[in-house]
Amino acid sequence: MTPKLKPILETIHPHRKSLHSVRELLLANAMMIGEIPASTGQEADRITFLSNRYTEDGLQNISVDEAGNGMAILPGKKGKRNILVCAHADTAFNHSVDHAMSVTADAIMGPGIGDNSLGLAAIVTLPEILKRLDISFDDNLILLGCTRSLGRGDLGGIRFFLENNKLPIRAGISVEGIQLGRLSYTAIGMLRGEISVNVPSAYDWAKFGASGSVAILTKVVQRIMEIPIPMQPPTQIIFGSISGGTSFGTRPTNANLRFEIRSEKAGMAAELKEKITDIIEEIESTSNAEIKFSAVAERQIGGLDYGHPMVKTMRQILETLEVKPRIEPSVGELSQLIEHGIPSVTLGLTRGKNKNEFNESIDIQPIFGGVAQLIALLQSVDGGLCDEQ
Amino acid sequence: MSNKIDKWLETNTFHHGEFWDILKLVEEKEKKGLKISLCIPTLNEEKTIGKEIVIFKSELMERYPLIDEFAVIDSGSEDKTLEVAASFGADTYLAADILPEVGDKRGKGENLWKAIYQLKGDIIIYVDADIKNIHPRFVTGIVAPLIHNDTIKYCKAFYDRPMAYSSGIRSSGGGRVTEILIRPLFSLFFPELTALIQPLSGEFAVRREVLERIPFPIGYGVETAHILDVYHEWGLEAFAQCDLDQRIHRNQTTNALGKMSFGILQTFINRLKSYGMVDKLPELATLYRQFQAEGNRYEQVTREIVEYERPPMITIPAYRKKYGIAD
Repeated sequence: MTPKLKPILETIHPHRKSLHSVRELLLANAMMIGEIPASTGQEADRITFLSNRYTEDGLQNISVDEAGNGMAILPGKKGKRNILVCAHADTAFNHSVDHAMSVTADAIMGPGIGDNSLGLAAIVTLPEILKRLDISFDDNLILLGCTRSLGRGDLGGIRFFLENNKLPIRAGISVEGIQLGRLSYTAIGMLRGEISVNVPSAYDWAKFGASGSVAILTKVVQRIMEIPIPMQPPTQIIFGSISGGTSFGTRPTNANLRFEIRSEKAGMAAELKEKITDIIEEIESTSNAEIKFSAVAERQIGGLDYGHPMVKTMRQILETLEVKPRIEPSVGELSQLIEHGIPSVTLGLTRGKNKNEFNESIDIQPIFGGVAQLIALLQSVDGGLCDEQ
Repeated sequence: MSNKIDKWLETNTFHHGEFWDILKLVEEKEKKGLKISLCIPTLNEEKTIGKEIVIFKSELMERYPLIDEFAVIDSGSEDKTLEVAASFGADTYLAADILPEVGDKRGKGENLWKAIYQLKGDIIIYVDADIKNIHPRFVTGIVAPLIHNDTIKYCKAFYDRPMAYSSGIRSSGGGRVTEILIRPLFSLFFPELTALIQPLSGEFAVRREVLERIPFPIGYGVETAHILDVYHEWGLEAFAQCDLDQRIHRNQTTNALGKMSFGILQTFINRLKSYGMVDKLPELATLYRQFQAEGNRYEQVTREIVEYERPPMITIPAYRKKYGIAD
């Protein structure tokens, strides 16, 4: 441990304790944000909430860019460098879902509260938190609520920001509501794909072997599952959703599959993409159905080393909090930060359950440790402890 | 009459959006040296009370010091209402423990009444605990008219109940009990009070000088009694109302509304008695007054409803002749 890190680590527990004084501010922000529906591409109302808060806190350069991202700068004492703190603003829930949050003494429940209302709330409450804890930085903090992160959004918000940003960014921190202990510092290779099967209306159902779209799609799934996948480096194909048909006895004409390939092996996602394309072409030619494959999103492998000072610092912060690090590669904002060569990590703020379900919930008590962790990391970056020598 | 109601709607009906600048409200409150208390009466509200406390405390005490004091007054909840409220730092009281020498009666009105003794504010704001979509506007919207205008003594919330409407004009009204019981009664006996769009809403802000001078039915009739008594003593000018947009809360069964209506009717008739109106009923009005809204502008819609009565058929000569009924 560098001697400069010790005093920062020593403040983590006192900060955790002091943060109870901002409990209502933080939780109120989390719930008010959570109650604003924000499906991917429809985040404008949430971003307006963020911008209003930035204004109330007297931040600078408050702006909403062309991609809808909400940005503000908390100026540093010297302001020569910038640290980016970002959280995605979109949720997996559409506007028709009841977004009402409820709170007990120990937990908050409601769709998207952990992913990512709490993360966003931490960002908007951060200026007030720092003021109350009497913490200031030499560097500017760029606070960014990112739009179009999930699913088909394909990180559109952060992508736009990084492509057009003129400010030099020293380091990036992507904040997620859950899980506390999460430590992501690498981007995993990823391919997010959609396969749709359409049986033309002129299809000859009397033909030998004729089958509906569901059966054809099932055949595609079976064949994908037969592709040999290496255990190391870890590679996964996740079949995320499947839909098709309307009833018991009506031959289905449409079916749809959404899947994601994740691999820590360079080039593996591209290799699998090629194999899947071959399978589809083969089944299409034998079934006479139309099978379309579209790659919705792709990510390249990259990231920091386990021994990078930023990762090392985060491990020591978590150790101080007595939280076991959950090291997992990311397909979120982090992958874009890494692609732009910005040393970055993703961290989580508290424990939670039922992520992306209607009964999603977060525990209140661990949040204070989670925020103390964020502050300690910011102090470390600001103090130059996360720079590569 | 209609002109007076139209004028009142113009000057004393607000939309919460007019009071978005909470800082301005705080400055005005401090300039006038006002203290403001917030009371949440509860009975088994563990599902919604936590959020109300967190949001009000954060936005109206920590961020903007609009509320000086904040208490939950409970009628004896059997769930975790008080535990949740206390965990977020609210002052919690059992109604039975306040003014024990006057005894304990069970009902929401009891909590509201005892709050006057317990809380110190010049203005007391009451907000029900069952609001699912709680937001600072539930307080700022109803207290702002009292902060800005010294002649306003009592401000009620009303809500936009979304209904299908094809043009820019939409009908606006209260809940079922208001539309079926209160509005017809007010149209008959106190036509000016029909200007209150939701007289039964549980969110209102009142000056202490008024609260300490009016009696409190402890049950369903408390809101009706307030309105009648404040009107009787201070007139329509003492009221204001504020549109708080939507309020999401649990819906009551028709049976429960029947009980509520029975309690309200008792209070109403008691008031007619105490105002000496029972044996001197006014000429019954034939104008029924409802409201429609266009944007944030409200106007009354009056309908002449004359209940013409036919005499018993036996008094009609042609009928008597046809059926051979002798004179």
